[in-house]
Amino acid sequence: MTKAIYALYDDDEVMVDGAKAILAKNVRIKDVYSPFPIHGLENVLGIKWTRLAINAFLYGLTALCLALFGMSFFMIQDWPMNIGGKPNFDLYQNLPAFIPITFEFTVLCAAHGMAITYLIRNWTLPGVKARNPHPRTTDDHFAIEINWEENSGVSSDDIKSILQDTKPVEIFEK
Amino acid sequence: MEYLFEGKAKRNTFILMGVGILLFIIGALAASMGHHEGDGGHGGGVGQRLWVSIFVSGFFFFGVSLAALFFLAVQYAAEAGWAVVFKRIMEGVMAYLPVGALTLVIVFLVGSLGGHHIYHWMDMNLYDVDHHDYDQLIAHKQPYLNQIFWWIRTIAYLAIYILFMRAFRKRSMEEDELGTENEKGIFIKNQTLAAIFLVLFGYTSTTFSWDWIMSIDTHWFSTIFGWYIFSGMWISGMVMITLITIYLKSKGHMEFVNDSHMHDIGKWVFGVSFLWTYLFFCQFMLYWYSNIPEEITYFKARIDDYTWIFWGTMVVNFIFPMLLLMSKDAKRNAGFMVFVGCIIFFGHWMDVFMIVSPGALGPDGTIGLVEIGSFIAFLGLFLFVVLGAIAKRPLLVKNHPYLEESLHHHIN
Repeated sequence: MTKAIYALYDDDEVMVDGAKAILAKNVRIKDVYSPFPIHGLENVLGIKWTRLAINAFLYGLTALCLALFGMSFFMIQDWPMNIGGKPNFDLYQNLPAFIPITFEFTVLCAAHGMAITYLIRNWTLPGVKARNPHPRTTDDHFAIEINWEENSGVSSDDIKSILQDTKPVEIFEK
Repeated sequence: MEYLFEGKAKRNTFILMGVGILLFIIGALAASMGHHEGDGGHGGGVGQRLWVSIFVSGFFFFGVSLAALFFLAVQYAAEAGWAVVFKRIMEGVMAYLPVGALTLVIVFLVGSLGGHHIYHWMDMNLYDVDHHDYDQLIAHKQPYLNQIFWWIRTIAYLAIYILFMRAFRKRSMEEDELGTENEKGIFIKNQTLAAIFLVLFGYTSTTFSWDWIMSIDTHWFSTIFGWYIFSGMWISGMVMITLITIYLKSKGHMEFVNDSHMHDIGKWVFGVSFLWTYLFFCQFMLYWYSNIPEEITYFKARIDDYTWIFWGTMVVNFIFPMLLLMSKDAKRNAGFMVFVGCIIFFGHWMDVFMIVSPGALGPDGTIGLVEIGSFIAFLGLFLFVVLGAIAKRPLLVKNHPYLEESLHHHIN
């Protein structure tokens, strides 16, 4: 027996309505594949709010400390440099000069950290084998995935007929 | 339900004005008793301080209402839909412009007639080669910085802003009255108006910052100054729009403004705070780094004599909004927005004080009863005018092409 059944749609609105109808019949949806973010879908599926923003804050904070520590070591402790006659004996006196780099480094680390976290969390790193059920879910089609094991209370014929009622362009198992 | 501005709310604005004027008078009396003749090199003594405090608060609230006009124009030029529910609030806030303009004109007129010495360059002796006050640097600026040209510019700025404000306000009511077949026509006309206004505002906001504020420190100049002043006005205006909306919501009006609208306007408060900080720091760091005597005096005067206010504005207007408004929940929480909003609103008033006072008062300026009094009095006047203007119109526009979009605005 296959692991999951998929319903493929050619319109995001039809798919969201279909997902609502499926959930109303007490069938659990494992996941949804879409080429772009769909407004309101996460509320329909009851997906928990992402913690990526908290990660971004932590990455930024780490980068801020690292940049200040790095510059105070390079420019003040290890090899004090006198640029433009500015005092170079402590971090506090030199702080305005370090702010632009600290800012850029914070943004850099927060942005890259978020991107990498996202790629790892979704396991879509470069070179990783694609796991979407149908190649067109990265083009112009949308798929709903229903896991058999999660829905042991509903017979497979019932699930198929429920899916058929939501007007998909195709239903397939994989 | 229509919003009516009467009873307790109206009385409270009068109380604010009364308390403000009372504090102002007490402060003035206390200052004149403790004042010794011959204090300070800038002349004027206590009278000077009173005029500076009126100018600081007068300009600050003028800027708040000007920012509302600017933001309304941005909504049209960008064809933004979400903010239509705030349109009547923006129209109300910008209705204060004529009153704000009048306060500025009074301050300028008294300065022109020699009643105070906020504008050092208005002293005619500076331009007289034979006089011992002759100042070659200022005399060199005379083609631009002379009273006749300066007054022509001032009147032009104020006239432009008031005319555009009236045009937007008039068209808004026309749109309400006309049927749906005309809605597109007025919207497109407003778009053209907004585009023209933004171009004019882009130039005039820079030049009025030079004329009205930068010329106080006559020898000093900064090319980013106009943006710095403008961003301070903008954030104050955004906070004011947010606070008035929250107030009206708490009174049971504006039920059509949902969490998503508040979240988005909270993002504006957050984002413009960063813009202000960026410009503040841009200006500061370049002068600090190059450390050229004639340029660094501006910051020397502020950091040495106004240390707490100078760094305080930085903390209040940057660190506070950055840490407190970062999360989504904070932006959607009305009580929290009021708390942060009030703090940064006062913070930006402090910023205007910090820009004006060292040049106009020398090293002795402080925030005392006089300054707080004039802030409270102007706040009362501002709220009286603005809430009165808001109450005159329905809180929600009709027939705006993006009204439906705005009512259904939803973000996560």
